[in-house]
Amino acid sequence: MNMEAAASEPVIVIKNLVKGFGDKLILDGFNLTVEKGSNVVILGKSGSGKSVLIKCIIGLLAPDSGSIHVFKENIPGMNEDELDQARSKIGFLFQSNALYDSMTIRENLEFPLLRHWVDIEKEEVDRLVREALENVDLLHTLDMMPSELSGGMLKRVALARTMILRPEIILYDEPTTGLDPVTSREIENLILKLQKKNHTSSIIISHDMNCVKNTADVVVLLLEGKCYTKGTYEELEQSADQNIKQFFE
Amino acid sequence: MALIVSFKKFLDETGDIARFTGRFFSVGMKPRYENRELLNQCYNIGYLSFPLVALTAFIMGLVLTMQLRPSLVEYGVESQLPVMVGLAIVREIGPVITALIFAGKIGSSIGAELGSMKVTEQIDAMTVSGIKPYKYLVATRVLATTLMLPLLTILGDGISLFGAYLGVNIRSVTSIDLFFLQVFKSLDFSDVLPAIIKTLFFGFAVGMVGCYKGFNSSKGTQGVGVSANSAVVLSSVLIFIIDLLAVQITELLGLN
Repeated sequence: MNMEAAASEPVIVIKNLVKGFGDKLILDGFNLTVEKGSNVVILGKSGSGKSVLIKCIIGLLAPDSGSIHVFKENIPGMNEDELDQARSKIGFLFQSNALYDSMTIRENLEFPLLRHWVDIEKEEVDRLVREALENVDLLHTLDMMPSELSGGMLKRVALARTMILRPEIILYDEPTTGLDPVTSREIENLILKLQKKNHTSSIIISHDMNCVKNTADVVVLLLEGKCYTKGTYEELEQSADQNIKQFFE
Repeated sequence: MALIVSFKKFLDETGDIARFTGRFFSVGMKPRYENRELLNQCYNIGYLSFPLVALTAFIMGLVLTMQLRPSLVEYGVESQLPVMVGLAIVREIGPVITALIFAGKIGSSIGAELGSMKVTEQIDAMTVSGIKPYKYLVATRVLATTLMLPLLTILGDGISLFGAYLGVNIRSVTSIDLFFLQVFKSLDFSDVLPAIIKTLFFGFAVGMVGCYKGFNSSKGTQGVGVSANSAVVLSSVLIFIIDLLAVQITELLGLN
């Protein structure tokens, strides 16, 4: 964990975020600030809008109102090209991994590199791909297809792909869901190791309380579309509030 | 009430498809061009469809000749069989049947492939990596279907005529030179050109509908099946509508 970073500059500032689907309001005036170098875990029940929140941050969903400033630039006000530029600083780890199943692991990792850095040398691409896979101890899977890997390996490859463009912020959508406790612990350690190595800031969505405990600098409880409470894991664990306690029981 | 709801849904979908198609010209045609992916799609869509198109074209030519012969014999114009078959294949049956086979094979595969990418968040993964999925996935596939279908139709027409030649020779003896001389003598540019031009539109429709259905897939794996199926149905209907329009336009232009 990275508490010393807590007092540094904000990298994400969300104000009065509102997002609904039809008549159903999912986010209702949500506010959040993420400091540089910190891991913020968003906790909430299924359907509470956690995934909607991070999809709004990366511009996959447009909010109904409110602002999301990433490095002082408002995401909802951007056009496609500006969004692409902003996204180069943000990594996103999908719950389903979202690896391209028609490509090998090497091609999966090369794909974003070749499109972002048009003039990059072939040798440099190869070096970066190998380095990214070495970071997650999966260099031997270089020429394998995603269908040949286990769930934990897929998650690690997805993490390597997320990190390959050296993002400054990473959004994790339930990184340990569906994994056994040992693999979950490995993924948590990887998240912390890569964060330490690359000095990234993160928002992590998780139901897994072990993951929350191990990775969170700050825990935010999302309830009824709002930031219900915010604090360290230890502070929230000791809370007498029933809405908070139910997550720690 | 249900009829009104269905009609509104139909109008909504028509509007969505029109907007999706508009993006092909506003987004898909702008640099940077995905030339490598376009070539890859031309190979998948064109080259790999050729065996199926060739087989069906051959059978179509053979069967058409065998079916036409009794009627022509009855009217005493059996000698006109190559002319009749040639005109029917080149002007109408070749392009339409090839396009329908193409819609069945390619429309469904594009719908299923993009639908699967959509439900497994692979399209979102491209977006967040700063890659434009419309340009990479849609523009390349639509361009490939638009370019490959006319080529497949020309090749299919040739194979179909060869099948017709064999069909003619089942009951009588005609040399290959004489058969093709009779066929080509009866054809002119106004028969060939409109038939090839309309296949460009057939190809565009098959690619665009497949991509639209795949891109708008939902409800998990069941949705992928629905996308693939509805891509084939809608593109087949569009092929007939475009064919009808093409006939009207060629008539208006005096090319019939």
